Amino acid sequence: MTATPGASPTIVLVGHGMVGQRFLEALAERGLTATHRVVVLCEEPRPAYDRVQLTSYFSGKTPEDLSMTDLEFIEDHGIELHIGDPAETVDREARRVTARSGLTVDYDVLVLATGSYPFVPPVPNKDAEGCFVYRTIEDLLAIEEYAKKATTGAVVGGGLLGLEAAGALKGLGLTSHIVEFAPRLMPVQVDEGGGAALLRTIEDMGLSVHTGVGTQEIVVGEDGAVTGMKLSDGSELATDLVVFSAGVRPRDQLARDCGLTVGERGGIAVDEQCRTVADPHVFAIGECALAADGRVYGLVAPGYEQAETAAATIAADEASFTGADLSTKLKLLGVDVASFGDAHGATEDCLDVVYSDSRAGLYKKLVIGRDGTLLGGILVGDAEAYGTLKAFTGSVPPVAPESLVLPAGAGAPAQLGPAALPDDAIICSCNNVRKGTIRGAVTEHNCTTVPEVKKCTKAGTTCGSCVKVLGQLITAELEASGVEVDKGLCGCFSQTREELYEIVLALRITSYQDLLDRHGREAARGGDGCEVCKPTVGSIIASLAPAIGASNYVLDGEQAALQDTNDHFLANLQKNGSYSVVPRIPGGEIAPEKLIVIGEIARDFGLYTKITGGQRIDMFGARVEQLPLIWARLVDAGFESGHAYGKSLRTVKSCVGQTWCRYGVQDSVRMAIDLELRYRGLRSPHKLKSAVSGCQRECAEAQSKDFGVIATASGWNLYVGGNGGATPRHADLLAQDLSDAELIRLIDRFLMFYIRTADRLERTSVWLDRIPGGLDHVRDVVVHDSLGICDELEALMAAHVSHYRDEWAETINDPEKLSRFVSFVNAPDTPDPVVAFVPERDQIKPDLPLLNIGLRPADDILEGSVTR
Amino acid sequence: MTLALETTDLKVRLRLAEDWFTVCDLSALIPGRGVAALLPDGRQVAVFADRTGRLYAIDNRDPFTGAAVLSRGLTGTHRGRPFVASPLLKQRFDLESGRCLDDETVRVTAYEVKAA
Ligand code: SRM
Ligand SMILES: Cc1cc2nc3c(=O)[nH]c(=O)nc-3n(C[C@H](O)[C@H](O)[C@H](O)COP(=O)(O)OP(=O)(O)OC[C@H]3O[C@@H](n4cnc5c(N)ncnc54)[C@H](O)[C@@H]3O)c2cc1C
Ligand code: SF4
Ligand code: FES
Repeated sequence: MTATPGASPTIVLVGHGMVGQRFLEALAERGLTATHRVVVLCEEPRPAYDRVQLTSYFSGKTPEDLSMTDLEFIEDHGIELHIGDPAETVDREARRVTARSGLTVDYDVLVLATGSYPFVPPVPNKDAEGCFVYRTIEDLLAIEEYAKKATTGAVVGGGLLGLEAAGALKGLGLTSHIVEFAPRLMPVQVDEGGGAALLRTIEDMGLSVHTGVGTQEIVVGEDGAVTGMKLSDGSELATDLVVFSAGVRPRDQLARDCGLTVGERGGIAVDEQCRTVADPHVFAIGECALAADGRVYGLVAPGYEQAETAAATIAADEASFTGADLSTKLKLLGVDVASFGDAHGATEDCLDVVYSDSRAGLYKKLVIGRDGTLLGGILVGDAEAYGTLKAFTGSVPPVAPESLVLPAGAGAPAQLGPAALPDDAIICSCNNVRKGTIRGAVTEHNCTTVPEVKKCTKAGTTCGSCVKVLGQLITAELEASGVEVDKGLCGCFSQTREELYEIVLALRITSYQDLLDRHGREAARGGDGCEVCKPTVGSIIASLAPAIGASNYVLDGEQAALQDTNDHFLANLQKNGSYSVVPRIPGGEIAPEKLIVIGEIARDFGLYTKITGGQRIDMFGARVEQLPLIWARLVDAGFESGHAYGKSLRTVKSCVGQTWCRYGVQDSVRMAIDLELRYRGLRSPHKLKSAVSGCQRECAEAQSKDFGVIATASGWNLYVGGNGGATPRHADLLAQDLSDAELIRLIDRFLMFYIRTADRLERTSVWLDRIPGGLDHVRDVVVHDSLGICDELEALMAAHVSHYRDEWAETINDPEKLSRFVSFVNAPDTPDPVVAFVPERDQIKPDLPLLNIGLRPADDILEGSVTR
Repeated sequence: MTLALETTDLKVRLRLAEDWFTVCDLSALIPGRGVAALLPDGRQVAVFADRTGRLYAIDNRDPFTGAAVLSRGLTGTHRGRPFVASPLLKQRFDLESGRCLDDETVRVTAYEVKAA
């Protein structure tokens, strides 16, 4: 079959790896995809993915996460992508490529981006079962599968990739060995001193390192599978699995076969425009190319530059690739190793500054030129300064070089902030992004977060080693432009909610004004606070009321002024200024008599009535002066506030459970009622929801709740951190098979720990994902009492439970409080005329035209009017 | 020193054209919380006291929703100036000028108010 050549000139890309994908993006950016037909032959079974992050597959990234190819991008630009169909021959005379499937494409421009293949030393049995390489997602899948039946693994090669592979094997639960021919690990990047520090750290992690020995033979058993390897010092190493990571070689066979020039040690020879020296219609980029400076680059950043250069050249723009930096940073293993610039001090007359501490596994070396220019360096054990140092490479740093490598506490001077970098310093070397560009993203494109800047500039989207510096730069830039980037709660307090909680508890502060005047920001002291901190502090004081000796009635004294309008009127404000009323129906269980009372009240006050999503009944359309009358009747019938208005416990939903359901294994309704009554009225950073299911079928949807309980044959499973709403999250299992008492004790602790440490308006789901250590940490604290605070957490909850009073019962018995429930202070009997209703489906709804009266057009800005 | 201000007889008064209109007893105002009052012509006004006892009055109608609810918002201080945040969609209004701090094209009437 022959693909029909269109009228437009054709660009064929062979190889859809990291560099190939960047080339396509560069074509699109230059508008070449619009003027050219673009055909891509991709050998692997999936489009381009992030090979640099390959190993993160073992820490949970899926192949989809690693993908770098937005299929929409491919489609939008009309790119013809042939997956799983490698190029097999190139006829340069006819300018035709033939793929394995038989597809032939005639090209005007051919771009080879075929990458490298892993070099496997020619030792006997190198292809035996149990031998692998480490290059593609398929390689990793195969290693993972084989590792299931293995206990020991060995990696041939102690370079950057070898260490990554060894770390991955260890992560798969294997005893791991590294065999390196050179006398030290990472021989290309680090020198002897660095190698020694690295060796100690790697061995401390439980990996066995064999340096200065070669692999002579792979030993196989009777079934032909690997059982060990023979080493050059005569010893034998037993292993079930071998990963070869002894370097890579350019994939230039296709080029050789069609007569293109290749280098002595491989690599398709190209000029500074990335055009092959033999044929102006053919380009080579990425790891398969032998660049004009005589080197084959095994890193992605130079490949990206080559991709840009080739695309520019095809677009007839000026560009050239003359060489690149070889800075690297190890991404895995929890070891910090980085090398950058002239790490080995190859420059004439250069000097070293070395700091070394073998005990701590630290080694830092900077290579400095005669004139003080930073030329390069090696960091082992602590690569904190990598981003900054790399960016300073090639310039004279503003402070003495010694101070850049000394650890904190050893007389180290002020850290060099990224603010000191010049604008043309390269921050992200993978994507060649300069500091000025990042600053511009903040100042001109209004980016305020790392993800936004990544999206805007591409910085940080490849190896990720520059992300830390990115964050620092963004913060510095925001600060410089006057944006406050502190973690303070609001303009009045520089503390977080958690810190304020601790202050209130420790100093027993019961007054907001007191807290503001003593602990608020200087400028806010003596003022009236704001709508952010007032309810937050009100909530903290309410949560801690019994413990600090404050009133736990939210309308008492100053507290009344702190409440959001809903809490202030103990009801939920609706769009027309009316309120809704939600009595508590614990566990969703309600006797017919009570249902009738609700029906009668709703009918007598003309309220719109609806079943909520939380297993209870809501009555809408009450005027503020009707609230006490409605509640007098509800309280009389035995109802309590449902706190639908509060940042507090909402409902504990239940399923019908064991009592009726043929599958139920516990009484889920009783437990839901118990929990709802226990935690009712508990003020928290955000609303709290719960549910109890009678069996694993989960009819109460407990796993979508802040704390959810599912019955088991022998007790209860407790799930925490679930969430519905805009960003649903399934809850995580905190503990299993708990007795009633254990369950309640654990929930007590969990809730009090959350209340103590969460941010304002942070649901448990977000909190759990944010706090350092996540679920494991929370489990340590509330199950294993790792902080020794469980007694205190339980005592706080016990105080809450014993001091609970229904706030509506309290309110209707307090004439002073009741006097606030009027529409008009000077006409208590007059209802607000803006609150009016019209009929709909046998009930009422707000009269929206009435609300709109007075909304005038934009050009006529009058007092009391709005422009939209 | 505690200032036991004698407030029993003091009334909150609002300036309407040439007259001072009596709204309520000063003691009906909780610092940081508003009340709504009905004016003779049917308009509504939201009256507030801050923690120092200073009084403010603006139109009660939230121009963004049409509901008469500004008196039920939370008050605060922004760059030294008093404001109320609408309880519905949280836009803030300067209590002295009636200007909306979150949308400069919007403004509500501000009234002169005193305790006497
Ligand atoms: C009555 C009710 C529990 C309650 O007290 O609230 C209930 C009761 C039962 N659910 Fe349910 N489910 C009830 C709401 C739910 C919900 C919540 C919802 O939809 O609002 C869910 C979760 C949402 C969902 O559909 O996934 C739910 C998920 C299930 C499941 C799991 C379905 C799944 O795909 O995972 C089963 C098991 C099944 O499909 O066989 C199930 C099965 C059942 C059965 C029919 C089990 C059975 O085969 O006998 C229960 C009937 C008990 C009985 O003898 O009467 N029920 N069930 C709820 C009736 C709601 C209704 O309006 O009729
Ligand atoms: C585990 C690991 C970690 C790494 N870590 C880093 C790092 O931290 N920093 C860094 O800079 N670099 C790192 N690298 C190297 C980096 O991945 C490469 O430099 C980069 O992928 C090179 O891109 P490329 O497009 O040239 O080659 P590749 O990404 O290998 O893509 C080439 C593609 O061409 C395909 N192909 C080959 N022949 C044909 C054919 N005839 N027809 C069709 N398709 C063909 C191949 O299947 C492949 O998909 C790492 C590599 C690995 C394996
Ligand atoms: S969760 Fe189990 S016990 Fe409860 S209603 Fe569903 S099936 Fe029945
Ligand atoms: S340096 Fe690799 S992503 Fe920025």
